Amino acid sequence: MNKTLETVCSGLARRRRREIRFRWYGRIAIFVSLAFLALLITSIVARGYKAFWQTEIAIDVFLDPEELTPPTPEHLARADLAGLIKRSLRQMFPEVHDRRRKRALYRLVSSAAPYQLRDYVLAHPDRIGQTVRLWVLAGADVDLYKKGYIDPEMPASERRLKDYQIAWLRKLESEGRLVLRFNRWFLLNGDSREPEQAGIQVAFRGSLYMMLVTFALSFPLGIAAAIYLEEFAPRNNVWVDLIEININNLAAVPSIVFGLLGLAVFIGWFGLPRSTPLVGGLTLTLMTLPTVIIASRAALKAVPPSIRYAALGIGASRVQTVFHHVLPLAMPGMLTGAIIGMARALGETAPLLMIGMVAFIVDPPQSLLDPATALPVQIYLWADSPERGFVERTSAAIIVLLLFLGIMNLAAILLRKRLERRW
Amino acid sequence: MSTVITERHTTPDPESDGHRTVGDYTLAEPRITCRHVNVFYGDKQALFDINLDIGQREVIALIGPSGCGKSTFLRCLNRMNDIIEGCRVEGDIRLDDQDIYAKEMDPVLLRARVGMVFQKPNPFPKSIYDNVAYGPRIHGLAGNRTELDEIVETSLKRAGLWKEVKDRLDHPATGLSGGQQQRLCIARTIAVNPEVVLMDEPCSALDPIATATIEQLIDELRSRYTIVIVTHSMQQAARVSQRTAYFHMGRLIEVGKTTEIFTNPRHPLTEDYITGRFG
Repeated sequence: MNKTLETVCSGLARRRRREIRFRWYGRIAIFVSLAFLALLITSIVARGYKAFWQTEIAIDVFLDPEELTPPTPEHLARADLAGLIKRSLRQMFPEVHDRRRKRALYRLVSSAAPYQLRDYVLAHPDRIGQTVRLWVLAGADVDLYKKGYIDPEMPASERRLKDYQIAWLRKLESEGRLVLRFNRWFLLNGDSREPEQAGIQVAFRGSLYMMLVTFALSFPLGIAAAIYLEEFAPRNNVWVDLIEININNLAAVPSIVFGLLGLAVFIGWFGLPRSTPLVGGLTLTLMTLPTVIIASRAALKAVPPSIRYAALGIGASRVQTVFHHVLPLAMPGMLTGAIIGMARALGETAPLLMIGMVAFIVDPPQSLLDPATALPVQIYLWADSPERGFVERTSAAIIVLLLFLGIMNLAAILLRKRLERRW
Repeated sequence: MSTVITERHTTPDPESDGHRTVGDYTLAEPRITCRHVNVFYGDKQALFDINLDIGQREVIALIGPSGCGKSTFLRCLNRMNDIIEGCRVEGDIRLDDQDIYAKEMDPVLLRARVGMVFQKPNPFPKSIYDNVAYGPRIHGLAGNRTELDEIVETSLKRAGLWKEVKDRLDHPATGLSGGQQQRLCIARTIAVNPEVVLMDEPCSALDPIATATIEQLIDELRSRYTIVIVTHSMQQAARVSQRTAYFHMGRLIEVGKTTEIFTNPRHPLTEDYITGRFG
């Protein structure tokens, strides 16, 4: 064996060890990050999944014709529907006479129950005069009991439900009048002071509308800017360089600054209504645009120049070259960049606080100009509330947000798969 | 050809002032005339006072060591240098007596008349048909689908590729072999019916068999087009070209009939290069 080979061989084992060590570092890093991700998701799901179920109570309500005729929305708005529900609760538990206990009895059902009754009467006006079994939302404490958050074995002074209340609930359960059902209210309602009535419809729609505005604006604007800067703008020009530097800087600007900008420009100057998805979307567009531009430029840069030469060489104009050959090849990368920007915008809270999307809004927005909140803002608001029901809903809203994000990413992946040229 | 400027330099240094090209660079009926062409990349001068005529239906080979400026010169002929940042072209280049660097000359039109085939085969990531049809489509050369089909077929036949691909015109062009891809690029170029075809080392990425096919093709294309080919292979230059121009460090050293250049080079630098002393 000659000298060179000896030297090489002596170092070989060390080199191999190094390589193996490095591979293990990589595996450990991936494992740790996956473990944290799994931990995060399981903890959120574990805390939040119960919010998708809601306790409902079956009560037998006598639809008193005296109170309910004529069954028009105007009349029912003034009718004492709560009284009818109270009456049926008293009939179910005739032994309750004490005033305090009566009040506790009435709290078994949610304050939304009269509205459910109203909706029922409006849907079935022919049933007036009969006694019907109506499933209504249970009160927050009943929901907690049903979901097992209240331990009947605990001393009575330390739990939210008194012994007699638990006795009522056990009786209702034995009669099959207390069940967990899929919580459509969580998906259909706006925000509420009562946890059992609070839903994410307003926040979901707000986020959806904002994403539509953001995508509709930032994608074409970003791509157009990137194409101009990358393909047409003169190189080594002071102004172009200045613009480039500023775009890169904008991508790093804290998001709350964009909120201030949106407040000053869109609300203050243009006079657009505050708390609306339009203003939110515009503000998030400002925030997303630099990311989209930078990613799109990188995608354009990655297109091999030989394609450009080929097109130019047979007499395509520069615009034809870009739109026929370069852009289709860069599109998947551009989409990825846009989705990264959109995902960031979807999870953004700070700029939305500045433009008033933190308001308490009950009615779902019907257009871009109706007040709304956004999912992350709703999460932030609920996370502030101490009630158990809101804690649960916070996690549930996070699940919805993550699903939203997942669907958005999935759409992007599918779109990219379609656009990507496999040859 | 006409009068021959014979001028043997006492010193072979091309940087010496008052350098003049050996051999007759003029032609009686030129297609392209280049006079006093200087090219700069930023501050660096890449070509020094090039004078050369390119004739009708001839193959002229540009040879020379790496970095001698032959590709730069080639790109001057269809203004592909325009897209290179900081590149500046001085002098007078005329195609059929039209100044191609004139303000009113549209580079798009010029490149339709002076097509180009590149070193690496660069088909579009589309079907074979779309590759060839792209040029006629953007220039509006075909009135309908039948005409377009005809142009595609003729171009592929002239490029000697028709038999191999006629049953799979809708297949991706990138699925072809390197030699086929390069012939497809040639078909794509001649589909717009140019007057001149520039070829920048078209065989350097190909194996000898594909190279031979392309060389044979170049010989056939000569009957219709003027071909300017840059090559590193002197055998190739000798096989395909009628005239040869030898470049060295940005200067055109010698030009003449290929047979004469290879059998009887007059400039010592040319002699050194073709005898393989450097390059």
